[in-house]
Amino acid sequence: MFLINCPFCGDRDQSEFSSGGEAHIVRPKQPTELSDDEWAEYLFMRKNIKGIQFERWNHVHGCRKWFNVVRDTSNDKILSVYKMGEKPPVNYK
Amino acid sequence: MPNYRIHKTEYIDETKRVSFKYDGKTYFGYEGDTLASALLANGIHLVGRSFKYHRPRGIVSCGAEEPNAICQIGSKKDLTEPNVRATELELYEGLEASSQNCWPNVKFDIGGINNFISPLIPAGFYYKTFMWPKSFWKKVYEPLIRLSAGLGKSPTEPDPDIYDHKHVHYDVLVIGGGVSGIISAKMAAKNNLKTLLIDDKKILGGSTIYQNNESIKIDDKLSSEWLKNEIQEIKKLSNLTIKTRTSIAAYHGYNFLLAKENLTDHLPEEKKKNKIRQRLWKIRAKKVVIATGSIERPLVFNNNDRPGILLSNSINKYLDYYGVTCGENIILFTNNDSAYETSISLHKKGIKNIIVDLRKSASSELIKQAENLGIKIYFNHVVTNTFGYRKINSLEIMKLSEDGNTTVGNKIRLSCDCLGMSGGWTPMVHMHTQSGGKLDFRDEDQVFLPKENSEDQISVGSCNGDFDLENIIDKTVNKINKFLDIDNQDYQDTNIICSKENDKRNIWLLPNKIPLGKTKCFIDFQNDSTAKDIKLALKEGFRSIEHVKRYTTTGMATDQGKLSNMHALGIIADTAGVKMGTLGTTTFRPPFTPLTFGTLVGRNVGKFFEVVRKTSMHEWHVENNAEFENVGQWKRPWYYPKNSENMHDAVQRESKAARDSAGILDASTLGKIDIQGTDASEFLNRVYTNAWSKLAIGKCRYGLMLNEDGMVYDDGVTTRISENHYLMTTTTGGAANVLSKLEDYLQTEWPELDVYLTSVTDHYSTASICGPNSKKILNKLFPNLDLSDENFPHMSFKEDKLENINCRIMRISFTGELSYEINIESKYGHSLWKMCIESGKEFNLTPYGTETMHLLRAEKGFIIVGQDTDGTMTPSDLQMDWIVSKKKYDFIGKRSLYRSDTIREDRKQLVGLLTDDPKEILEEGAQIVSDVKSKPIDMLGHVTSSYFSPNLNKSIALAVVRSGKTMKGQKLIIPMENKNINVTVSDTIFLDKENKRLNA
Repeated sequence: MFLINCPFCGDRDQSEFSSGGEAHIVRPKQPTELSDDEWAEYLFMRKNIKGIQFERWNHVHGCRKWFNVVRDTSNDKILSVYKMGEKPPVNYK
Repeated sequence: MPNYRIHKTEYIDETKRVSFKYDGKTYFGYEGDTLASALLANGIHLVGRSFKYHRPRGIVSCGAEEPNAICQIGSKKDLTEPNVRATELELYEGLEASSQNCWPNVKFDIGGINNFISPLIPAGFYYKTFMWPKSFWKKVYEPLIRLSAGLGKSPTEPDPDIYDHKHVHYDVLVIGGGVSGIISAKMAAKNNLKTLLIDDKKILGGSTIYQNNESIKIDDKLSSEWLKNEIQEIKKLSNLTIKTRTSIAAYHGYNFLLAKENLTDHLPEEKKKNKIRQRLWKIRAKKVVIATGSIERPLVFNNNDRPGILLSNSINKYLDYYGVTCGENIILFTNNDSAYETSISLHKKGIKNIIVDLRKSASSELIKQAENLGIKIYFNHVVTNTFGYRKINSLEIMKLSEDGNTTVGNKIRLSCDCLGMSGGWTPMVHMHTQSGGKLDFRDEDQVFLPKENSEDQISVGSCNGDFDLENIIDKTVNKINKFLDIDNQDYQDTNIICSKENDKRNIWLLPNKIPLGKTKCFIDFQNDSTAKDIKLALKEGFRSIEHVKRYTTTGMATDQGKLSNMHALGIIADTAGVKMGTLGTTTFRPPFTPLTFGTLVGRNVGKFFEVVRKTSMHEWHVENNAEFENVGQWKRPWYYPKNSENMHDAVQRESKAARDSAGILDASTLGKIDIQGTDASEFLNRVYTNAWSKLAIGKCRYGLMLNEDGMVYDDGVTTRISENHYLMTTTTGGAANVLSKLEDYLQTEWPELDVYLTSVTDHYSTASICGPNSKKILNKLFPNLDLSDENFPHMSFKEDKLENINCRIMRISFTGELSYEINIESKYGHSLWKMCIESGKEFNLTPYGTETMHLLRAEKGFIIVGQDTDGTMTPSDLQMDWIVSKKKYDFIGKRSLYRSDTIREDRKQLVGLLTDDPKEILEEGAQIVSDVKSKPIDMLGHVTSSYFSPNLNKSIALAVVRSGKTMKGQKLIIPMENKNINVTVSDTIFLDKENKRLNA
């Protein structure tokens, strides 16, 4: 079970959190301008990579805040956490 | 009765005699014994029958790796426990144990005939034989296999014992209290790290604690004496917690470990009462030191499984720790030095023994010592066969050829009553691999060792492949200093003298003149797999160790690769001509030793199994005979049967009363979200499909919420309480998810919006009163409130006081009747409800439950999200295009409503169904077709809601049907098991299409 360092509450058990999938997928500002394919790209397509992945997590049974996590999916190590709206740490690009 | 207890030790309290029953017979042992040591003291080796061939089997080891001495404890229906290892079970007064896997008893076992037909039961026998004929599986093969196999019996009644869970956090966790674990714990704790040391045994000290060989000394003391001193010292350390009788079950990621602490299993029955039996420790440790030691390997030769054949080191422990000798005429068969320690110990206690060593020669302190004592040693010899049915009585040895591939010369027959075998040592790398660690192979002594790859765990001692005491202590100290980044000097000057092993020779499958098919060389005693089975699997094309394991069942069940894994790998490597290190190992899965379900479940049993949410009116519902329905975690009244009414009758009565006069529903469970902020209206615009900006203060509006994929997600009525303040209601089951979803959009997509969300579901209780007389009841409750349609129209909201307590009253309707929902702070909910009931008496105000609510709304064609929808329905599919704003530029899910798939005209769409026979009630979930003759039958859809309406006096149903919108009036068929039901597609609204009743 992960130990997740919520940027607002500190280290907490994974059981307090829910995962929100890949991070930094921005909802298009003008969805109506998009073709079916473009909209499908936003709606359905996810990278699901083995290795360093940027994810969203919600401290759902805690402060209810959403935040970002950098996780290596090959060994489940969480490398960094940062708040919504902040840029991902450059060293993991 | 024979007595094999030949000397006193400090671990056995001979003043405390303990009586116990084994297979119905009474024996005696002492406090400090395990069941196994007590049985051996009584001369009992035979403890079970093997799984497949039902061969007699004896105690093999003294620990968790025991494959044979597995017992059923107790005989009560609720307290019996199977698969307990006699080698781990501490003896207590009144213990009742019996052998498993034999019928009628361990000495005469009918299944033993399998031993003689064993050529007919090769590896994969079950897979090959019971495949055919197929029809035999269920009725013949499976019951037969279940009857003759199986390990023990489960209890048949609920477990009456108490179990507990505990969460703990430590800087350092040390697993294993042997010499390296004790040193590690001491170093950590003395450096101000909060440390936990756990060990599965009753006392600390591992195998060094009974070590008494003169050639092994630390600071001029016997190693056991030195270690006892260390244990006394660490007990004084304030930030070290020591837990004995505690074993790690699983090592998960992020140094999260589960440990099981045995609290009462060693106590007599009367002392167990009302105490916690076992506790599950949930441990988070910043760093973990694995010091789990190693276990001795058996040797693989013909008939190596007879009772009386044990691991050499176990013979040593039974002797020096428990004071019990396993025989009076013992042979030790070895490929390494450790059996010499056993030999010397036995010799000192006056037990005659000889050594068969497969090495050509060997020289070390220990061997010199044995030679000086005059112990007979056969170098370069192997055991080729053993004899004795219920216990070994003799064996044959032969000389090994130069290359070790065959035997040469004449057979030498030696008599004995016990054989100790030592095939070297296997480091217990289970914890390391469970934590995600990889392994390296060391060719020199053919062991898998932990590869250091993780910063927060480390292996020390013999589980790291360091076998002699000097190596263990020196390396442990160095590694721990580095690992914990400390500079401990405690062991700087420790002077260690120990014998060093210089000679190694290992042969996985020992040679024999008899061909392999005619020998019985066991690799896995518990699963009865032999060397021949492994070779057969290879011959049949299996290559991966994971496949060979499953095909031959080697290392499965409770063994989990402890005793058998290395030999299987070794034989595969030899046969296939590959390097052993390249084969890898099977996966070591948790739990390391079996866990009881009770421990895993802890206190979460019975009424604590799941959280139950009750409304503040709950007690009234109970008192008034309500049947309850689980909706999420909520208990909701389902219906209120009167006298001897069944559900149908109760629902018909409730439904009729609600439309004829008045009904009342506890609507407190609906999700309620308080929305405030200057952008609240804009926020609602974005999350609902319809427009919200123009909703006047004091008005209510129904809203439909979609997922971004355009599918209906939730619905409910939202009320504008003031300019920047709304109260949203959600479905009962969807409340938490809706809040989460709204927070997601607010925090991540639209952080610029000034909106605050608060869940107030539990803060308000809600009584919903509906029916033509509801206004009169409201008038009695709120005499000062103007209830006229002009002042308080449908879809509006007022605030008033009930005996000085604020109430929010919404005139909204889910039944199609004139209807009011009264919200009050939850602590007054019960009083509100009782006042409503009291005021409604003269109008036959009838409490109704969820079933009636569902029926009433179905008469009006109102959907229930999650019943009439399933995550694939768009608003248009539900014929609810009216609620989707065409003017709004965007809302959640809008773009998806005109994807090529969502605009298809042949999607499943919501329709009404009327049965040709108005008395016929359809089954929810039933399939809908238009033609029953064509094959395969084309499925058009299914029934989502179905009721008998007492107000219309006929059966009504809602369904989703392909292209349903265009099918009104069309005949369809619901094929059931024994008949076809004819239906006609209708409108979804069955009652009061003009909505006259809302203002009745």
